[in-house]
Amino acid sequence: MMSWLSTHGAAFAIVLPLLAAAIVALLPSVRRLAWACALVIGVAVLATTVIVLQTQMDVGVIVYEMGGWAPPHGISLRLDAVNAPILLLIAAMGVLSLVYAEPAVNAEVSRKKSGPFYAALLLCIAGLMGMVVTGDAFNVFVFLEVSSISTYTLVAMGANRDRRALSAAFNYLILGSIGATFFVIGVGFLYAETGTLNMEDMRAILANLDGGSRVAKVAFGFIVVGLGLKLAMFPLHTWLPGAYAYSPTVVTAFLASTATKAALYLLYRFCFTVFDPSFDYVAVVLTYVVTGLAVTGMIFASLQAFFQTDARRTLAFSSVAQVGYMLLGIGIISVAGLAGSYLHLINHAVVKGGLFLALGAMWYRFGITRISDMAGLSKTMPITTAAFTILAFSLIGVPFTAGFVSKVALAEAAAEKGWWWAVAVIMITSILALFYMGRMMMVAYFNPPSDNCLDGNGKIIRREAPILMLIPLVGLAIMSLLIGIRGNVILTDISENAARALIPGVGL
Amino acid sequence: MDGLFSHFNYVVVIILMMTGLYVVFASRNLIKKLVGLSVFQTSVFLFYITLAKVAGGQPPILVKDKSSPTGYDDHSAYVDTVELAASGATYILPGQGSEVLYSNPLPHVLILTAIVVGVATLAIGLALTVRIREVYQTIEMDTIEERDFQYNLEGIDRSGPRYDDKLRNT
Repeated sequence: MMSWLSTHGAAFAIVLPLLAAAIVALLPSVRRLAWACALVIGVAVLATTVIVLQTQMDVGVIVYEMGGWAPPHGISLRLDAVNAPILLLIAAMGVLSLVYAEPAVNAEVSRKKSGPFYAALLLCIAGLMGMVVTGDAFNVFVFLEVSSISTYTLVAMGANRDRRALSAAFNYLILGSIGATFFVIGVGFLYAETGTLNMEDMRAILANLDGGSRVAKVAFGFIVVGLGLKLAMFPLHTWLPGAYAYSPTVVTAFLASTATKAALYLLYRFCFTVFDPSFDYVAVVLTYVVTGLAVTGMIFASLQAFFQTDARRTLAFSSVAQVGYMLLGIGIISVAGLAGSYLHLINHAVVKGGLFLALGAMWYRFGITRISDMAGLSKTMPITTAAFTILAFSLIGVPFTAGFVSKVALAEAAAEKGWWWAVAVIMITSILALFYMGRMMMVAYFNPPSDNCLDGNGKIIRREAPILMLIPLVGLAIMSLLIGIRGNVILTDISENAARALIPGVGL
Repeated sequence: MDGLFSHFNYVVVIILMMTGLYVVFASRNLIKKLVGLSVFQTSVFLFYITLAKVAGGQPPILVKDKSSPTGYDDHSAYVDTVELAASGATYILPGQGSEVLYSNPLPHVLILTAIVVGVATLAIGLALTVRIREVYQTIEMDTIEERDFQYNLEGIDRSGPRYDDKLRNT
């Protein structure tokens, strides 16, 4: 079994949720049946990815030939130091979201629709894993659309709770489809230039052509814009706040920690593996366009986050700002910058996923999303608020938390390059994060709880979130502390390996 | 002018693409937005198909090897090809060491997938529009945003009586 999984695991991890989704969709809405099935599948996928990651660490690069057709003609799945950890991240966040989903979905979506809901969530997991693991450029588009289309339905399922979810989902559908279509136009141009769809093959051919003709340049432009829409690069982020604020809480947590991250991984792949920063047009786009938009986005989105009244919209704008950090790491074009960016990607997935889970637990108990309604939560929901605080500190970048390690890594990389203004921007946006997260914590800790949380004698009633919500939440909070304390190990082990795989042959 | 006509397909692709994008962004009606999106996606299908065309090339179908002893005559009807492949006679792929020029089949296959994806996106979009129409009684973006704004400010829905009720009253 183990050896079978280590050979076929990469394909199995995609096929299993894809097939299971069809079955889960048809399950009758009996008690927790759909949830239990989805969770079992999720755990199986997670176990598979752990084995695959283990194999990848032993072997270095896994190339799996689908149907036995050898690349470049057949479609291959390719795992190396860059995408194996992201695969594990998606599977792990999928399982945590599924654990959390049971109480949340019953409260927000209704038990009747739980079958289709879990089916869509499994499809989304399958699509994202496929996007990350495949070695074929057109296959990326197919999996991108599998994950996107299931995401649109997931977002729209928030309509039971807040009807604005519908228009948010529609907006996301329009912009998401345009993004995916731009990407596929780019792949078409690349195919016209290189005559292949295999990404490794493309890399070799483009390197031979020394960057290629104008067709390759146009392809690069289309691909960057298309992926930019998907990963919410600053001026293309307008779908994100609505989709994150009004979708069911569990969907928000899952999307915030995986969907934009998978798109960002594709940007790494296309900027550093398929194209190469040694081509002058790639270097120009990365240095001026991507970095410029990243820095603008960091500042503007942080300011916008500060002026929101809705806690989930605040975190959504903060996500746009954090994507800016990761793009800045790409724009630096060095192993240190990429390692920082990669580490921030992992940290942000953990932190933002946890924060959205905490806000979901607060909605579950009190039906609140506004910051001003968070009064007294430290007394009524002490464990949730404690986890929220740890994760918020991590988002700000307080020492001994995950956010600190990656922000320092990014700042060091920027300083190494001599970009002191970038270091300043990182500091300023961290201070802005302190303000917008601090505002929530001030209300939660120092305002007295509202009257309906008091019993007859004026004592505060504790109404902690259910245990299924607390497990993933506390788990993520502890995870962010662990990364913060043992950060250097993870930095060298995972993110530097990934960065070296992306920029081969360059010393740190 | 010559360039325009020799690249006729690409010109059409660009016109369709820009029309589609313009309609998506300029119209405020949800259905019109979806129509624009479909036109935009269709332009990409045409783009891929155009890439695949080789001037003077035949469809990528097996043709009989004349030098083979079973001696088929030289035409490439589909049924014959299937029979030929099933019979196990030696055959050649057009272009593979032969004189036959053929169009690239791969983009056609890719576009089949992309068409399916486009249909799925359109279906979800239309389903969402139906739901929006049920909840908001309108499919105009401006009215929806106005009502959401009211909802944001006051926390109540001012959308007035349902459309069906109005019909009944008149």
